[in-house]
Amino acid sequence: MGDMNQQMLEKYRNNFLHEVEEKVDDGHWVKMCMQCGVCAGSCTFGPDWEHTPQKIFMMIRAGKREEVLSSHSMWLCTSCYNCMVRCPRKLPITHIMHGLASYAHRLNLAPKNQPTRDFSLIFWDNCTRTGRVNELRMTISVYFREGFVSGIKKMWTLRNIGRGLFFAKRLNPMELFVNHGCKDKDGLRRALKKADEIEARRRGYAVQPRGYST
Amino acid sequence: MAKREYAFYPGCSSQLRGSAANYLVSVESMCEKLDVKMTQIPDWNCCGASISYAGSSELARHVLSARNFALSDKHLPGQDIVATCAACWLGGRETIEKLDASSELMADTNEALKEAGLEYKPGTEIRHMVEVLVEDLGYEELGKPVVKPLEGVKVAGYVGCQTNRPFGIAGESFENPMYLDKLIDTVGGESIAKYEEKVSCCGGSLAFCEPEKAEKQIKMIVESAYDHGADVICTPCPLCQANVEVYQSEINRKQGTKLDMPVVYYSQLLSVAYGGTLKEAGLDGHIIQPKKLQEIAVKVVPAKR
Repeated sequence: MGDMNQQMLEKYRNNFLHEVEEKVDDGHWVKMCMQCGVCAGSCTFGPDWEHTPQKIFMMIRAGKREEVLSSHSMWLCTSCYNCMVRCPRKLPITHIMHGLASYAHRLNLAPKNQPTRDFSLIFWDNCTRTGRVNELRMTISVYFREGFVSGIKKMWTLRNIGRGLFFAKRLNPMELFVNHGCKDKDGLRRALKKADEIEARRRGYAVQPRGYST
Repeated sequence: MAKREYAFYPGCSSQLRGSAANYLVSVESMCEKLDVKMTQIPDWNCCGASISYAGSSELARHVLSARNFALSDKHLPGQDIVATCAACWLGGRETIEKLDASSELMADTNEALKEAGLEYKPGTEIRHMVEVLVEDLGYEELGKPVVKPLEGVKVAGYVGCQTNRPFGIAGESFENPMYLDKLIDTVGGESIAKYEEKVSCCGGSLAFCEPEKAEKQIKMIVESAYDHGADVICTPCPLCQANVEVYQSEINRKQGTKLDMPVVYYSQLLSVAYGGTLKEAGLDGHIIQPKKLQEIAVKVVPAKR
């Protein structure tokens, strides 16, 4: 993974904008930003971002590769699509943020232990295992991602919510054993594996190993 | 034969024992009263939601949606797909839009789907349940089966994000969509025209990984409902429902507030107004009890003379 970053650095030299255009989903839109700042003002977690979308776009053009790809900012996108519907230039900002986060993850430049990154990986692994999300297993994976003790603490803190959901029949320990899932989960997983191969071929990447790759 | 038939894509959270299990129950009882037949797409899969971008590629996410479309086309040809979950619907719409615009993406998606013995053909329509209600049936028709008008129930219509943006319901604005308020009024409830947080974000899936930030949003959404004297918040999105209901106790614990605002689905309002029982309307599936609606649900309708 580290060498993929090196490869990209060598390929694109100092032209980070070009790199984003070719490698990031919807990255070709970045040059259209006119720096009006409506996205920054519309963003749900905007005040928590170190770099708002507006800043990220300018940083890309200024070649601030390291700062952009190692930023926590894109990972604070809640996918509320407010920026996207308000953008006067119609940039698909939500998709660009996801694309940048995804690319940063691929190059292994995304911040370590980034909570949304971890959650995103857990979610994908969870839903592609059987073809449908198992909410209980997913929740446990999220809470225990920083270790056993911290997981137990989190579960203890949220015990009343868990109990409430159990009595509301919206959470059940049986989910640990009984799985909802696709009958043809093998076919689904083969299709996803193929999709990863095609994506790698198109973008000139190495195929990333996933739960369904083997 | 039912008046209208659709291919149904319920999504993961609506499954039995899932966080939106009561949503599905209320949708089923609502549809029965409206003579709408919904047949689940056999062997449907997760849409990937909006959060899976780190682990997945864009193509893989399109493959997920396209598999559902292909299955629907194979088993329920000619029927529009109806999703009840905002994220499922949005993901599906995005896939259709992107694949229609790019023959390369279309070819790649089908090359992958071939591994599962399926093929996606363009022409699929995926619609939100709310679209079926307001577009195919219309408010007048929705008012007809009402036997218990929700008199005296003040409802804050919380539309949230993904049912509203980037696609939304045709003819509605992103900043102030009115369909939910109209639905509330149609079944005799009292909507709140000036509810400020109508289209605010609840934090979405980031409630899991950035709970403090999401709780700030949720607190705003609930407090604004209180400010307007609401009895209950109503939403079309399963994630909005879960987040806004479930985390109120956490906000209370951390901040000493006393939030206790029930959050229900539009389908529960309709189901109760159509005479659904507590169980049929999924009103037995809440942590914060929607008492006013429960009282109406257990009331016996006087027989017509």
